[in-house]
This record gives sequence, structure tokens and C-alpha cells, in this order.
Amino acid sequence: MTAPFLKIEQLAQRFPSPDKGGDQLTVFENVNFGIEKGEFVCIIGHSGCGKSTIMNVLAGLGEASEGVVVMDGREVKGPSLDRGVVFQNYSLLPWLSALKNVTFAVRARHPGWSKEEVKAHSYKYLELVGLTGGAEHRKPSQLSGGMRQRVSIARAFAIQPKLLLLDEPFGALDALTRGSIQDELLRIWQGTDLTVFMITHDVDEAIYLADRVLLMTNGPYARVAESVEVGIPRPRSRDEIVEHPNYYKVRNHLVHFLARRSKELAGKEHASANGQPETVRFPDPQDEASERDEPVRPTLRAVNE
Amino acid sequence: MDWNLRLSLRVRSIILSLVILVVSLGVWELSISTGGSDRPLTEYEILTGGGAPKAGVPPPSDVIAKAYEELSQPFYDNGPNDKGIGIQIGYSLYRVLSGYFLAAAIAIPVGFLIGMSPLMYRALDPYIQILKPISPLAWMPLALFVIQDSQASAIFVIFICSIWPMLINTAFGVAGVRQDWVNVARTHELNNMRTALTVILPAAAPTILTGMRISIGIAWLVIVAAEMLVGGTGIGYYVWNEWNNLDLTSVIFSIIMIGFVGMVLDAFFGMIQRRVQYSE
Ligand SMILES: Nc1ncnc2c1ncn2[C@@H]1O[C@H](COP(=O)(O)OP(=O)(O)OP(=O)(O)O)[C@@H](O)[C@H]1O
Ligand SMILES: [Mg+2]
Repeated sequence: MTAPFLKIEQLAQRFPSPDKGGDQLTVFENVNFGIEKGEFVCIIGHSGCGKSTIMNVLAGLGEASEGVVVMDGREVKGPSLDRGVVFQNYSLLPWLSALKNVTFAVRARHPGWSKEEVKAHSYKYLELVGLTGGAEHRKPSQLSGGMRQRVSIARAFAIQPKLLLLDEPFGALDALTRGSIQDELLRIWQGTDLTVFMITHDVDEAIYLADRVLLMTNGPYARVAESVEVGIPRPRSRDEIVEHPNYYKVRNHLVHFLARRSKELAGKEHASANGQPETVRFPDPQDEASERDEPVRPTLRAVNE
Repeated sequence: MDWNLRLSLRVRSIILSLVILVVSLGVWELSISTGGSDRPLTEYEILTGGGAPKAGVPPPSDVIAKAYEELSQPFYDNGPNDKGIGIQIGYSLYRVLSGYFLAAAIAIPVGFLIGMSPLMYRALDPYIQILKPISPLAWMPLALFVIQDSQASAIFVIFICSIWPMLINTAFGVAGVRQDWVNVARTHELNNMRTALTVILPAAAPTILTGMRISIGIAWLVIVAAEMLVGGTGIGYYVWNEWNNLDLTSVIFSIIMIGFVGMVLDAFFGMIQRRVQYSE
């Protein structure tokens, strides 16, 4: 087996205890997982289990207490333009217009480009997220939350990273805006070999977007316990996805994990010997369900958050 | 009652300002003329020389006449003790601005350093705390002795009084830049210089400009006192000189001019401050 594109090995994060002499706080340890090139992976876990901390380490903004992160055969040390980050709070520069926020990134990526090249490239990505026609000249404070998030995504895409890191990017948005930006994200991602790692709290969002969902147990001493393969073919559409036989199996598994097992498994050693998360795969529906034509269960359909 | 509501707040405030001006000038004018120079002199006054022009507070009409006379030829120069008001203010502005920009050239880079490095902050803090409360005029004797030049000493005094607000505000603004924005710079692999210029400077600019605005105000306050001490030229020297001539009309006129120039300086920095202001 060749090494995956992104490989996280024995990652642990410990903080000194707040009161002197106390034991140090281990947020997570023994975190191991790999992500293949072009894969879309979501990570789910309860608040405080250390998802943002893991992402900061992947971004190179923070340093883990133990363990290594290897991307493309090279150890991650410090931030890099190969890894685009969409922060939870957008982190746009408030004194720059939407366009300038994007050109800021493009100029950093391509220092040799002329003004026109930088501008044209930035516009291309602002168009992708549907933010043109005057809105691009407004400052972030004059944009809605959804528009700001689009700028933030355009900025991350415009540097054409190899790995895109998203920290609860849609948490603060209303359901309608969230849906449309999710679709934009998928549209931009499809047809590239971009690898995406995204934190979310939303089970449905994870199933809709991801190839694979990583599940974290509760902290302290959190770890990535399972890797659930969604196994629903792309392109996916919101109304068809619920009719796919895997949908409820995956969804129930995730909900059950968050509700019960994340607590039960907390602090326990890995079941598998090599410290890798257990892979959860549901049988390929094409083999089993194609003839039986499993009926949809309308009673469960309303369960959307 | 009704018209009062229909006029905008702006118009009403202007009307009220003018009323206050006219009333206060009127009271001033009347209170002085009833002091009675129209009344015939008594024999006693004639004997004691009371009829000679006496130093008294002049009425506003005199001040307005003086202002008209001075402002119609602001740049005349009849030797050391008789220069136009424009020339005197020019000297003062020259001293204020050179001391001020010298201070800015040092305070802003050093403030950056202090703001970005907790080590430098702690190391320099005691010096700043001791030097800051010293009255700028207390430096004057030392400056005159060391620099041996009154002109340069006045500039030094301006330098020393305007450096602290700029230094402290720059350090404060730089230290307070949100980590999120610094992280944006880091994920885009900006070097330290680019980060300082494209992220930290604009982020801290409103705070820095507040410091610069406070400094220019203090510098303009101090220059008057400094020029009274060093003499020769400048609006401060002019006030002092006219007081020695017992020409109170000129004294009042120059007081008003000092206020006016100070207002213009403040408005100018206020304008720049609004330019760099951003809302999150
Ligand atoms: N600098 C620090 N010092 C001490 N503890 C910290 C520090 N930073 C984070 N922690 C702790 O690490 C844990 C994980 O934090 P993190 O922000 O990664 O959680 P999260 O999984 O992203 O949560 P959420 O879903 O709420 O965003 C928390 O319990 C937090 O208290
Ligand atoms: Mg978080």
C-alpha cells in the first residue's frame, strides 16, 4: 500500500494544567488517519474534542505536542500556500474590499504576476462563488454573512492549494444560504484533484459533501475512532440522496455515534492494533438493493436536523 | 414653534452658534464702553496722567479691526520685532511639524517593535513610564545646554512631547491586532516585512492615528510656551512680545489665531483618521 497524500501519525496535543502542579490536559492522543488525493473528508465530534486544534496543526499554524503530519511526502512545518484555510469566522481583512481580499491572496501566491493578471484571476474565483456585479467592491462589514463566507472560499480557492481546510465553514449561515454555498463548494471541487478536510457539526452536511466521515470520541483523551465511508455516488442531489439505501444507514450510524458511542468509547484504547480508525463500510447498494428495490421510509424523512 | 421643527438640526445649531457669538461679543463690547472713556476726565485723572492711553481689555470691535489689519497683510517683515502674523505662525508651524515628524519617524517603528515583541515591551516599559509624565518644558534647560541653539531646542521640546502618545498608541495598536489576521498573513506565507506593511499597519492604523492626533494637539499647546521661553520668532514669542508692549488687542487676536490653527491641525488629522478607519 502506498502512503496516502496526507498522513497524520500519532498526533497528540497536551496543554499544561491551569493550576500549578496538576496533571497536564491531554486534549487528544493517538490520532492516526490518512487522506487520499482528491478525497473529500469531513470530521465530526463533540465540541471541545480538539477538531480545530487538529486543523491548526494541519494548517501549520499550531504545533502538536507529539506526532507528525506528512503531506505529499513532506513533513508539515509551518503554514504554506499549498494549504488553503477557510476559518470559522471568515477572517477577512476588514479594511480591504472583497476583491482586494482575494487579490491579497493571489498576489501572495504569484508575486511575479502583473496587476491585470492578478485581477483577472481574482475575478474568476469571485465569479465562481457568485460575487460580482458591484458587491466585490464592498468591504466585509457591508456584506452579509453568506457573502463574506463566499469571499473567504474564493480567497482559499484562488491560491489553488493542494489541500483545503475548512473549519465549520457554514456554521453561522441560515439553511438556504448554507445549501447554496455547499453546492458551490462541490461544484468547484469536482473536476479538480483538490483534497478537502472539513470540520462540521452537521451530520447531513457531512453525508451530502464527504466521501468519508471521521468520527472523534469525546475529550479529553479524544481520538479518531472510526472512518465511515459514505458510499453514495456523485454527483449527488439533495432530494435523491435521501432515497439512496445507504443514506439512512450512514446517517443512523453517525447520529448513534454522536449520541452514545462517542461517550462510551471515550478514553478507550483502539480496537485495531495499528492505531488506525476502524473503517465502517456499508454494503454496496448496487449489488444488493438494485433488485429488491427497498422502499423509502417516509416516516424518517422529516429528520433533517 | 412650528418653524423651529422644520429646520434641520444643522441649521438650528448654526443659528444658535451665531446668537451666542453676537450676544457674548455684545456683552463684552458694552461692559467695556460703560467703563467710560466718553466721560470727560476729572481734574485728578488729568493730573495723574490717567488720560494717557491705558492698558485695559479692548472691546471686540478693536480686536476685529486689528484682525482685519493683520490678516490683510500677514507676511510683512519690518525687522525682528515687527513681523506679520502669517510669518510668526509659519515659524511656529515649522518647529511643530519638524519636531513632530521627527518624533513620528522614531515613535512608529519603535512602537511596532514594542507592540510585536513582548520582550521589548517589558524592557522598555519602565523608561516610557518615567519619561512620559515629564513636562516637555522641563527639558528646555538641558536642551539649550546640550544643543546650544534655541531654534533646535524648541524643536527638541516638540519632539519629546509628541513622541509618547504616538509611541504608546502604536505599540498598543500593534499588540492588539487580531491573531486571526496575523494567521491570514501566515497562511499566505508573507514575510515579516510584508506582514507588517500589509496586515499589521492597516489593522493598527486607526489606533496609531489616534496617537498622532493627540500628539499634534499637545505639540501645538507646547510650542506657544516654548517660544515664550526661547524668544525670537513664532506665535508664542509674538504673544509675549505684544504683552510686553501692553498691546492687549494683539494679544487677544493672536490667542484667537492660535486656537484657529490648532483647530485646523486637528481637523486635518481627524480627516486622515477617518480615512484609515474600518469597521468589522
Ligand atoms: N491554548 C490552550 N490552552 C489550554 N487548553 C486549550 C488551548 N487551546 C485549546 N484548548 C482546549 O483544547 C480543547 C479542544 O479545543 P478545540 O478548539 O480544538 O475544540 P473543537 O473540537 O474545535 O471544538 P468546537 O467544536 O467547539 O469548535 C478544548 O477543550 C480547549 O479547552
Ligand atoms: Mg472548533
